[in-house]
Amino acid sequence: MSITAETVKHVANLARLKVDESGLPALVRQLSDILGLVEQLNELDTGNVVPMSHALDQPMPERADEVTNSNRREAMLANAPDTSQGYFRVPKIIE
Amino acid sequence: MDPTQSTLVQAQGLLRTRQISAVELTQAFLERIDRINPVINAYITVDHDGALEAARAADRCLRAGNATPLTGIPIGVKDLFCTENVRTTCGSRMLANFRPPYESTVTRRLKEAGAVILGKTNMDEFAMGSSNETSFFGPVRNPWDIGRIPGGSSGGSAAALAAHLALATIGSDTGGSIRQPAALTGISGLKPTYGRISRYGMIAFASSLDQAGPLARDAADIAVVLQILAGHDPMDSTSIEADVPDYFNTLANRLDGLRIGIPEEYHPDGLDPEIRCALKEAERVLLDLGASIIPVSLPHTRYAIPTYYIIAPAEASSNLARYDGIRFGYRCQEPKDLNDLYTRTRSEGFGPEVRRRIMLGTYVLSSGYYDAYYRKAQKVRRLIAQDFHQAFEAVDLLLTPTTPGTAFPLGERVDDPVAMYLSDIFTINVNLAGLPGMSIPCGVDQRGLPIGMQMIAPVLKEERVLATAHAFQCATSWHQRQPEL
Repeated sequence: MSITAETVKHVANLARLKVDESGLPALVRQLSDILGLVEQLNELDTGNVVPMSHALDQPMPERADEVTNSNRREAMLANAPDTSQGYFRVPKIIE
Repeated sequence: MDPTQSTLVQAQGLLRTRQISAVELTQAFLERIDRINPVINAYITVDHDGALEAARAADRCLRAGNATPLTGIPIGVKDLFCTENVRTTCGSRMLANFRPPYESTVTRRLKEAGAVILGKTNMDEFAMGSSNETSFFGPVRNPWDIGRIPGGSSGGSAAALAAHLALATIGSDTGGSIRQPAALTGISGLKPTYGRISRYGMIAFASSLDQAGPLARDAADIAVVLQILAGHDPMDSTSIEADVPDYFNTLANRLDGLRIGIPEEYHPDGLDPEIRCALKEAERVLLDLGASIIPVSLPHTRYAIPTYYIIAPAEASSNLARYDGIRFGYRCQEPKDLNDLYTRTRSEGFGPEVRRRIMLGTYVLSSGYYDAYYRKAQKVRRLIAQDFHQAFEAVDLLLTPTTPGTAFPLGERVDDPVAMYLSDIFTINVNLAGLPGMSIPCGVDQRGLPIGMQMIAPVLKEERVLATAHAFQCATSWHQRQPEL
């Protein structure tokens, strides 16, 4: 199956990625190649097969809902690109 | 003797008998790294001060007589395990200045055992790649031929061992990222059962497939490292609660009664004849050691690559949504609004292969396509896993080539993602089924490049793989070959 340039641009926007016009034809071709590869799965009848979502089919364990972390605000903010008064700072979002 | 040329187990002996101190051993490796790493590029970050401090602490333990099997052993760690306050980049511009505020379980266990972490090894960006060419910090060179790739994504971890820049390294394996570079650099590498080693603090790529594991010079060294890493961790909800056997003391010299299956699908017509020949010779060695060889079939093998290239990108696109330029990591300059901040941060912070896989994952998960792609792939994943379970009713272990070819030249496949993905054709199946798999050297091609063979065992039977590998290595010397540097 091939994918169109419009679909590639739509998906890029969903993923918050920018696609340069100059790089678009190569990306369309590469994604079409990969989708061509994955279409092979349609050869298989999987009507009665239960989807496998965990490598070992283990149930999810539960734990008590207790706070185990201490307050480490400074450490958590230390990697942020921009902070102010103990908060992450972003560009203005309300006019 | 130059201590950088020893195995981990030999170095243990040198340390315990005080023929060398941990500081001397660490210094020998740091000096070798300073000399050779500029050529090989196996390390992104070398932690001279932290390593020497850990070595001094190890010497105190050795003098006091309370050493563990890893006390004072210099180890390199793939740069996707978070190390508190030591830069952890994941091979990406996105995390080029990230200093984690916490420690991964893997590195915490290594440190608690007294190991010396020399530094963080190079890798494909976010572990997406089979050649180590997608790293923001430049490609890793194969020590056997610096014009060739070392494999990926744990290419730095594998090349560091082949170049004697560590006694053991830690990698991660989502579709072959430990076993494929181990094969292409002539060393040994184990991907344990999914959940055997905690993923806590290991930067996520595809969460249902990712698994950490050790690389080393031989199976005995790997057994020593796995012993420290394996076991349940309440910080990882997919970590297995099961006893950990004694991996070192279950290593074998003979394989009497072991039934080894040879899956016909792993010997396609296009297989490199030199690899076919090396595998035939390995079968003969295993027969001499007492094993029997039985042909088996894994009929869904050829669907593994298409299944993987739906599941892995889908999970990656979800995992990598967190890199938004707000809480940590790269942020673009002067964003004009929030959407511009997200889009430019992600477009500038991620390299082309990561962007391609995020887009593929976003596409297969997008409205109207989920059932056709992701759900279909999860169903085929079960068929692939069932093939293995059925095969293990008749045999104890499977033997296959690790890769369809030996190390290829740098640049050869960078513009052809499908050709690159096919390098993992023999390893991906094992991740989909969650099984333990290991690659060890079993020959060389006419250029002298290493050939690897893969052993696959049922869930939690790591000791069976290690015992078989050890017996093979007692009878052969492929694992002792060294590149000239």
